[in-house]
Amino acid sequence: MHDFTAAFGTALALIVEFDHDLVAIVSLSLVVSLPAVGLAAVCGLPLGAAVAVLQFPGRSLLGTLLNATMGLPPVVVGLALYVLLSRAGPLGELGLLYTPAAMILAQCILVTPIIAALTRQTIADLHEEYDEQLRSLGVGPWRTIGTLLWDGRFSLLTAVLAGLGRASAEVGAVIIVGGNINHVTRVMTTTIALETSKGNLPLALGLGIILVLLTFMLNAAALAIRDVTKRAYG
Amino acid sequence: MRFRHDNGGERATQTICPLVLHEVCYEAGEQRLIDHISCTLEAQAYTMVLGPNGAGKSLLLRLCHGLISPSSGSILWNGLAVREARRYQAMVFQRPVLLRRTVAANISYVLSIHGRPCRQRQTLVSQALKQAGLLDLAGRPARLLSGGEQQRLALARAWALKPQVLLLDEPTASLDPAATQMVEVFLEQISKTGTKIIMTTHDLGQARRLADEVLFLHRGRLVEHGPAAEFFSAPQSKEATAFLAGHLLWS
Repeated sequence: MHDFTAAFGTALALIVEFDHDLVAIVSLSLVVSLPAVGLAAVCGLPLGAAVAVLQFPGRSLLGTLLNATMGLPPVVVGLALYVLLSRAGPLGELGLLYTPAAMILAQCILVTPIIAALTRQTIADLHEEYDEQLRSLGVGPWRTIGTLLWDGRFSLLTAVLAGLGRASAEVGAVIIVGGNINHVTRVMTTTIALETSKGNLPLALGLGIILVLLTFMLNAAALAIRDVTKRAYG
Repeated sequence: MRFRHDNGGERATQTICPLVLHEVCYEAGEQRLIDHISCTLEAQAYTMVLGPNGAGKSLLLRLCHGLISPSSGSILWNGLAVREARRYQAMVFQRPVLLRRTVAANISYVLSIHGRPCRQRQTLVSQALKQAGLLDLAGRPARLLSGGEQQRLALARAWALKPQVLLLDEPTASLDPAATQMVEVFLEQISKTGTKIIMTTHDLGQARRLADEVLFLHRGRLVEHGPAAEFFSAPQSKEATAFLAGHLLWS
């Protein structure tokens, strides 16, 4: 118990002093997770909306697939990407393995189905409300997708936040394709795993506290923006 | 009377009245909700569709607008299929869906859908808002307007397209008398520009004030069709007589 208290104290000191290693790790985590979620949103939002609005063969199958892939095991995604990106793999030439780009790609693959599946549900509900009005106004299917995405923007923020939660908490895939190389691909979650196994609790705890705080702050900020704009636009 | 269709001058003028329904039926499951309706609606008249709840008034409008397809029978707008005629019409719903953007943006949205050039839109938006008495609210978020203002915006949005025919599904059903009156004034202005209005209502006072001709529906059948004055003074059917006397029509 004493060790734990001491570790906790050291962790707080690391945070307060803006420890160099700590700052580097936190920055890299953001540099990986934010673009990954941004990219996943660019793919997932239109994909989910298209599945909700367009009529095409295999639509319900795709919907089921999206829901199923929400729970993709990160380790398996990491492994599959590792095989693709390794020197001997089909994308080996790109030299992406053990780089932040590979980690962005891995998180993007994990997060896209989450954003797409949640978007599909939100847009399907909205489409039910808007369908007759938009058809009456002569709005085509593609324009309908754009209109619904824009009108559902406040609710869709929750889908993107869910994606961000998954990306920032994820460890299995990024540790495989990133390799957890110090100062290159070492992010918060992989460092916590490594330092805990080494017995270096202060750094692990410090990062743990920051990870929780960051997640909390990003969510709180996004929801606050949503509430303010929702009040302004009804 | 000739009707113009202003579509940026790109399309030739095409008149879509009269509307001819021939033996139109609409079934949902086992139930026949519209039962062999045949009638012809001319361009000139302000047509009011009356009947108790569940008579099929809204369904009839949706069929004419092409939002649903008849199970049998045919609907032709001066020979044009419903789908082709829809671009010359606009419909306003009992609870219109306004987009989550400003009042002015709601109108410029439909103008852009219908391919009006950007430089024209500003003028058309101002015209429509002025007509609806909403010019002062142009920059306000549409979803935050009162019920009456929302309904007038929905009308302005429909009218901005200069439709030949305006279909209205109980546009004042959830409004108070003052808001209803403002909507009616707007409707009369629209009617005077030559737009044909086909409207459902269960408000008999409103029907007396506005209608030139009445379609009276009961349980999916067209029971009476004739000039409004005759319908109100001397209804031919016992259903219409009971309806006008304020009796409930359950069977």
